[in-house]
Amino acid sequence: MSSERRADPDALWESNEKDAQGKLTVFLGAAAGVGKTYAMLEAAREALTEGVDVVAGWVETHGRPETEALLQGIPTVPTRLMEFKGQGFKEMDLDAILARKPELVLVDELAHTNIPGSRHIRRYQDVKELLAAGIDVYTTVNIQHLETLNDVVTKITGVTVRETVPDRILEQMAQIQLVDIRPEELIQRLKDGKVYVPDQADEAMRGFFSSGNINALRELALRYTARRVDRQVESYMRAHGIDGPWPTGERVMVCISSSPFAAQLIRIARRMAEGLQAEWLAVYVDTPRRFPVREEDKDRLAKNLRLAEELGAETLNVTGNDVAEELLDLARKRNVSQIIIGKPLSSRVWEYMHGSVVDKVLRLSEGVSIHVIPGNPKLIKKFQAGQNPVRRPAWKPVLVLPYFASILIMIVLTLLAAPLKDTLGLVNIAMIYLLPVLLSAVWWGTMPSIATAIMAVISFDLFVVPPTLNFTAADLRYGITFVIFVLVALFTSHLSTRLRLQVDNSRRREARVSALYSLSRDIAAVADLEPVIESIVKKVAGIIQGEVVLLLPGKDGKPLLRASSEVGGNNFFNDNEYAVATWVFTQGQRAGKGTGTLGAAEGLYLPLHIDKEVCGVMGIHSGDPGTYFEPEQLRLLEAFASLASMAVTRAQLAEQAMKAKTLAESERLRTALFNSLSHDLRTPLASIVGATSCLLDSDHIYSKESRRDLLLSIRQGTLRMSHFVNNLLDMARLESGLVKPNKDWYDLHDIVGVAVSRLDESLGSRQVNINIEDNLPLVKVDFVLIEQVLVNLLDNAIKYSEPGTKIIIEAKEYEKRIKIAVSDLSPDIPDDDIEKIFDKFYRLHSPRLVSGTGLGLAICKGFVEAHGGRIWAANKKGGGVVMSFTLPLEDELPLKNLEVKGDENGK
Amino acid sequence: MKMVSKGARILVIDDERQMQKFLQVALTSHGYEVKEAAAGKMGLNEAVIFRPDLIILDLGLPDLDGLEVITQLREWSNTPVIIISARGQDQDKITALDAGADDYLTKPFSIGELLARIRAALRHAVRVSDEPFLELDDLVIDLAHRRVKVKEMEVKLTPTEYDLIKNLALNAGKVLTHKQLLRACWGPAAENDTHYLRVFIGQLRRKIEADPARPKHIITEPGVGYRLL
Repeated sequence: MSSERRADPDALWESNEKDAQGKLTVFLGAAAGVGKTYAMLEAAREALTEGVDVVAGWVETHGRPETEALLQGIPTVPTRLMEFKGQGFKEMDLDAILARKPELVLVDELAHTNIPGSRHIRRYQDVKELLAAGIDVYTTVNIQHLETLNDVVTKITGVTVRETVPDRILEQMAQIQLVDIRPEELIQRLKDGKVYVPDQADEAMRGFFSSGNINALRELALRYTARRVDRQVESYMRAHGIDGPWPTGERVMVCISSSPFAAQLIRIARRMAEGLQAEWLAVYVDTPRRFPVREEDKDRLAKNLRLAEELGAETLNVTGNDVAEELLDLARKRNVSQIIIGKPLSSRVWEYMHGSVVDKVLRLSEGVSIHVIPGNPKLIKKFQAGQNPVRRPAWKPVLVLPYFASILIMIVLTLLAAPLKDTLGLVNIAMIYLLPVLLSAVWWGTMPSIATAIMAVISFDLFVVPPTLNFTAADLRYGITFVIFVLVALFTSHLSTRLRLQVDNSRRREARVSALYSLSRDIAAVADLEPVIESIVKKVAGIIQGEVVLLLPGKDGKPLLRASSEVGGNNFFNDNEYAVATWVFTQGQRAGKGTGTLGAAEGLYLPLHIDKEVCGVMGIHSGDPGTYFEPEQLRLLEAFASLASMAVTRAQLAEQAMKAKTLAESERLRTALFNSLSHDLRTPLASIVGATSCLLDSDHIYSKESRRDLLLSIRQGTLRMSHFVNNLLDMARLESGLVKPNKDWYDLHDIVGVAVSRLDESLGSRQVNINIEDNLPLVKVDFVLIEQVLVNLLDNAIKYSEPGTKIIIEAKEYEKRIKIAVSDLSPDIPDDDIEKIFDKFYRLHSPRLVSGTGLGLAICKGFVEAHGGRIWAANKKGGGVVMSFTLPLEDELPLKNLEVKGDENGK
Repeated sequence: MKMVSKGARILVIDDERQMQKFLQVALTSHGYEVKEAAAGKMGLNEAVIFRPDLIILDLGLPDLDGLEVITQLREWSNTPVIIISARGQDQDKITALDAGADDYLTKPFSIGELLARIRAALRHAVRVSDEPFLELDDLVIDLAHRRVKVKEMEVKLTPTEYDLIKNLALNAGKVLTHKQLLRACWGPAAENDTHYLRVFIGQLRRKIEADPARPKHIITEPGVGYRLL
């Protein structure tokens, strides 16, 4: 390690990561054997002596004693033994490290691919999770593993590296520490057997480790690091307002297709965008002609789009008829300065017929630089060679029906046309024969229409052109007819196929848009959480034809299954699936089937995001276990998820607002209650305490009369308190929803009589007129509650009207209801108050000093409403106030066998 | 009236000290001999040892349900029982009356009310059933001759109406629950048909009360039953 040349770590600026996020330090080498692990361990030991809590999560020593010696003394988290296909494999124990939560963890070989069954497919995803948990990570990687440099490395060395790491992880969160070594020394170490070469043939490796290759890789690594430093310096200068020539507003657009060559284009675009410090877009133009029909094309297109997305591009899908026009239109709209486009693979003939996209783009572009990238011919050949055997056996079984049908049409046509040939003339009949060709082209496509054309010309020649039933040399002139027929067949079928594809295409899009629209409309209409989530799962399940579950955080903050599209059994959601959903919930990233994380799960889980907060998880299980979601479907699902998260959040906010409102309301009531309690309980208490102390202290001072007065005031005080406590109890029962009328048949006379007699004392000599209709039916009510209503109303009437004035109680039946009214001659209630008097603790400002709790009428309202009735107050025209309430006459009284004992006994 | 009940022994089963004190003072001053028990079981024991003429029982006891005390007591004793209940115990009160309690009072009550109830219960306990004649102010009920007079005027009653007033008269001053009245007049099958009762009580009142809207004789006990005064 003597000649090791490291990039000065101080030259690498700290990345502007959030504090919560761990820091990633990458030890970057040009090739295996340069001493990355060694350098990492040295740095780790340094950190250890500085008192940092370091653990080794995964360190590959390859049995080298120097490296192992360095590892001594660094605490190690034991590896996990995983079983795959009957063999044991060691893997880093991610959960153990997360549980241990050290400050710094060493994770060798960033590009490693995990054993199937691990949480993530790739180790860099493990590292991301560690970083997200706030743990710093030291890791190692070779330059050939970087995604965007992958094809460059392949070009240099001829070796394809499969395990790649997205550049983004290095760019966004890493400090890079370059580990460099002279090529001669590396080759010497290789000869000494000090370099571990994984699973590669010796010769290939020897080719790989040539001096030229190593130098080229070194250059790549050095340039990569230099560029990083450059960018960091630049962003520093920019952040500190230092002037300089900045690359302004560049935007790179790459046009991709389902070709494997597109991946190369994407990588080039990525490098260019990075060089220019520019945003970049990856665009796929959907045209009816180019629409990928075959499954593998669709797959490859999806893969290309995903690659672009992973490399940080914004991916777009545009539909149109003309690729070039759509591209340029988009470029203008999005202010694109550079377009990257592949050199077409198609032949000259094809281009001549359909026009070259590249030519058109070049011709029409104004102010946009166009980069045409030639494809790798070897790769293309391989691709085309690989395609042919797939394409050949994949031809569709020929449908015979169209052919039979056209034969039938020919026979019918010939039978009709042959007799008419003299009247119509040959030219018109030839035109008639063109008709089935046209129709079959529209209905059945190319092959049946060509067959029809051939049959049409033959039947025309045989049965119409004289001499009939015979071919002559002169008939050769109908060769022109034949060619025209075939051309008509070709053009028509081509046009109609294109049209059909276009229609299909727009139909699919329309379906997607309408699905989104209907979901958003459905969930916009409801405000409560339960119906919203029910509607989401039902709708999404219906659209994707599978099962959908929705999890929202419960009280303990853990996700809780809140809704499922399947009512009852047959649910895919089990404990394993729950674990996946929990992971998605805590990490805020999608996982499950078809993703890079926990891919063994049966369902796909998408987080519901609102402002970086995860507010829930949506689990989707496609009906068919074999299928994976296509990227287009995935995007639709993502759109569903974001709609769902908005709806859920909106519902939750509405609930919170409601709670806050209720809280404020109950706070207001509590204050009112306290005020009322302190006044209405204290006043009688004071008089009781005062009177009793007088009586106890000095009984000989007071005369018999004054003693009696004192006792009366005690009694009055206690009665008042008793009244108040009863009111409070009634109110409390109403508030808690405990009031369930215990209904039975009663005579209203009886109820009124009891209420009046209960108030005998306070009524004194007052006149109470009771006018109850004689033939009033029995009412089904709770006697005690209605009596209380009457008592409260009468009590009010007594309190608010002048002593000695009349009180009238009336009851009559109307419209299947009984209306009971208590009227008095008290002063008018102000119009503003006429509704409010039934509110709790609402008191009128009466000229008479009326004591009360402000609960009486609120209790009346509660009791009457518990019976399904209504209560209101009104001022009488001639003065006075009427309090009225209604009681529904719900059931017919079962008047059976009322008089069972027979006749009167008077006889 | 007072002479009849002079010296009667009353057992108060109540766990509240203040209530005990109040009852002790009030009842002793009115010439009763009072014994207290603070819990249900103790009360049942005292009922055996003290042999009271009347028991005052609070429904809310710490150990036994008040209803349980009545049921156990009624297995061997006919001593009249007056229940004291709090508001909101309506259903318990009715169950207790149906189970054999003689009367009830709802807290808070005045001593006058209590004394009236005690007198009615004691009178009822000592009276032999063939006492055929009852006079309540202007109302005279002559059970021997099946005659009812108001202000010296005979009133014509249907058989059911007569049954009703007879049952009330036999228990004058004491509350009769709806169930008890329905059983007595219409038979056990009708014990839930309270509307019979409403109709006939209404008819009776129109015949015997001076102002049917404010009855003086047939008093409604809200949610419980009726009492003849």
